[in-house]
Amino acid sequence: MAFNIELPHVGESVTEAVIGKWLKAPGDRIEKYDPLVEVTTDKVNMDVPSPASGVLTRILAEEGETVPMGSIIAEMEAADGSVSGGEGVSGATESASSPAAGLAGRIGTLVQGANVGPTGGEFSDTSLSTGDEPAARSPSQAASAPPASPSISRQKGFSPVVTRLAAQHGIDLASLVGTGLGGRVTKKDVLAAAEKSDSGAGTAVQPQIDGVSSEDQVITPSPIRRLIANHMVKSMSEIPHAWSAIEVDVTGMVEWSAANRDSFESEHGVRLTYLPITLSVVAEALKVNPRLNSSWVDGKIVLKGAINVGVAVAAEDGLVVPVVHAAAGASLVELAGKLSGVVNRARSGSMTLDDVQGGTFTLNNTGTLGSVWGGAIINHPQAAILTTEAIVKRPAVISENGSDSVVVRSMMNICLSFDHRIVDGAEASAFMQSVKTGLEAITLSSDLK
Amino acid sequence: MPEQTVIEAVRDTMRAEMRRDDSVILLGEDVGSRGGVFLASDGLVEEFGENRVIDTPLAESLICGVALGAAVNGMRPIAEIQFADFMWPAINQLIGEASKVRYGTNGVKTAPMTVRVPYGGGVRGGLYHSQSIEVLFAHTPGLSVVAPATPYDAKGLLATAIRTNDPVIVLEHKRTYRLVKGEVPAEDYTIPIGKAEIKRPGTDLTIFTYGLMLHYSLQAAEMAAANGIDVEVLDLRTLRPLDADAIAESASRTGKALIVQEDTPAVSISSEVAAIIGERCFFDLDGPITRLGPPELPPMPFSPIQEAAFMPSPEKILTAITKLAEI
Repeated sequence: MAFNIELPHVGESVTEAVIGKWLKAPGDRIEKYDPLVEVTTDKVNMDVPSPASGVLTRILAEEGETVPMGSIIAEMEAADGSVSGGEGVSGATESASSPAAGLAGRIGTLVQGANVGPTGGEFSDTSLSTGDEPAARSPSQAASAPPASPSISRQKGFSPVVTRLAAQHGIDLASLVGTGLGGRVTKKDVLAAAEKSDSGAGTAVQPQIDGVSSEDQVITPSPIRRLIANHMVKSMSEIPHAWSAIEVDVTGMVEWSAANRDSFESEHGVRLTYLPITLSVVAEALKVNPRLNSSWVDGKIVLKGAINVGVAVAAEDGLVVPVVHAAAGASLVELAGKLSGVVNRARSGSMTLDDVQGGTFTLNNTGTLGSVWGGAIINHPQAAILTTEAIVKRPAVISENGSDSVVVRSMMNICLSFDHRIVDGAEASAFMQSVKTGLEAITLSSDLK
Repeated sequence: MPEQTVIEAVRDTMRAEMRRDDSVILLGEDVGSRGGVFLASDGLVEEFGENRVIDTPLAESLICGVALGAAVNGMRPIAEIQFADFMWPAINQLIGEASKVRYGTNGVKTAPMTVRVPYGGGVRGGLYHSQSIEVLFAHTPGLSVVAPATPYDAKGLLATAIRTNDPVIVLEHKRTYRLVKGEVPAEDYTIPIGKAEIKRPGTDLTIFTYGLMLHYSLQAAEMAAANGIDVEVLDLRTLRPLDADAIAESASRTGKALIVQEDTPAVSISSEVAAIIGERCFFDLDGPITRLGPPELPPMPFSPIQEAAFMPSPEKILTAITKLAEI
């Protein structure tokens, strides 16, 4: 029967011993109580006797090693019946479950309930009695301790004092130009900005802007203004824009609207404008020109399954683009209702997250501002944006029954900005023609619902 | 106002205290007719006699043990350790015993003893005449540890140490003994234990230091000023108890802390100063708490080239200042 030989406890405050000379070698026959190994403790030097008769098979603690009392120092194959158990012996199977026995000797373990007081005293350290787990750290625990980082990240992040002072003085850190290493915003930068903003009137003033004279007023943009700015820069710098514009004869739409506006409002409770009508036409045009309803994503063109048209709205803080979801296939009544809802929420600043998410195309009705032509910036990451310009009465040449005549018509320009990575001029023109055809098809007698 | 070197201030203070109070005695190796190896006690045995200026055998445990016994029994001994490097045999008398007298006797007894310890390097002293030993004592509750760096502070803090009713370790940087000369008022004054002092006010960052490194730091601060960096230099003066309020106030004000010491940094005075700043000034910090000390090596090398490489210098401090200021 194989079993382990343990270093016996010798009482008092002895917790560890230094292994001395081994008096037996592996393979030696040994009798019970034969001296096996010399050990030295801080109290006594002694020979450890063999706990059984048999053959020494393996030495685990080498000469010179310091090991805790109770740890396994050797293995032996005992003659049957010679093992009586008790101190100094443990089943060999435990050896497999405690592979760290040798390492524990080097790391050291905390002895549960050890006598830690003066020799002969009665002080036992009960604070260590947390169970049967060895207190030594496992090698994996030791290895997982992260090395201390000696330096801070200099390019990213703000120091504690910078964030505190910025909050105190209401300074937007993103607006500051850092003078620290790698452009880091330093405490001095914040204090300088705070001084200027405190001495100046109203909004915080940016420090250190070249070419600003005392007559100039510097305004720190609102968060939404900065958001818009960043968005515009991103779009213009990433998307190669191309432009196209055509004239649309909307006389029929104007006539139909004039004829149906009151009844529509009384019937559906929503005021009818040109916007839901053009939106409806645009949505249908997108359906047949899917490339205009897509995004350039990581070198691939993603054709969007849904047609969600964002509508640019001038809100108090700036431009916002609430989204009319599932615009294609919706009835005029539905579109008018949806539009009225999101536009009202946009103007009152009560938009929901859903109102601003998921847009696949943007419609910008700049015509209400009197504009007749525009080169809009695409609402990144969409493929295109369409502006509907002012409807103006103009003399137009129309051909009827082979003869031309000049008549007064209601004309509207529509202008398209498109991502030239996705869309070429031909496709853009096809889309524009779809919109034009759709709008010009409306007549006084149309049955729009 | 008269100017004195540190060693002169130490000598005059001992003389004044011995005149002032008969219970003040001095003991140590060669403190008698030799006048001390640094001549700190030059002339004292002539004035006060061999009963009050006692030459001892070369046994630091005896010097501190006798001082402790005398202190507990009503004397105010000044024990002179010839070199800090030789202090280790007296560890038990100081850390094991003297620090615990007041607590162990429930305040019935105290140990009003002063241990003067020339320490530190930069004097071609090599391994055994250059050590910085402050950490062990500064770690010990029940001891006070002061480290004056100027003649003025040497007088004020030594006088306080002698009059204090508990053990005080007075660390005298041996390189400052004759290197540093400054104004010392002739009249009696004391400097409280546990009070740091801003030796140079500044706004951009604070150097926390003590001992010889105070002077190197002041030099470095002057060099930095030429580069437009306004450095504050705070002299800790007392290493136990550290003046946490002064440390925190300065670190909070400048937002950047550089701790300079001659001792190796791991588990040292600078560790404790850094901890105080970390605990109390987090929201005022504008840079990493930075420490400058020698490499983690056991010796103060003997070779002058290696000694210079080992010790912090004004140039090395300036480099650290510049780096921290630029962050």
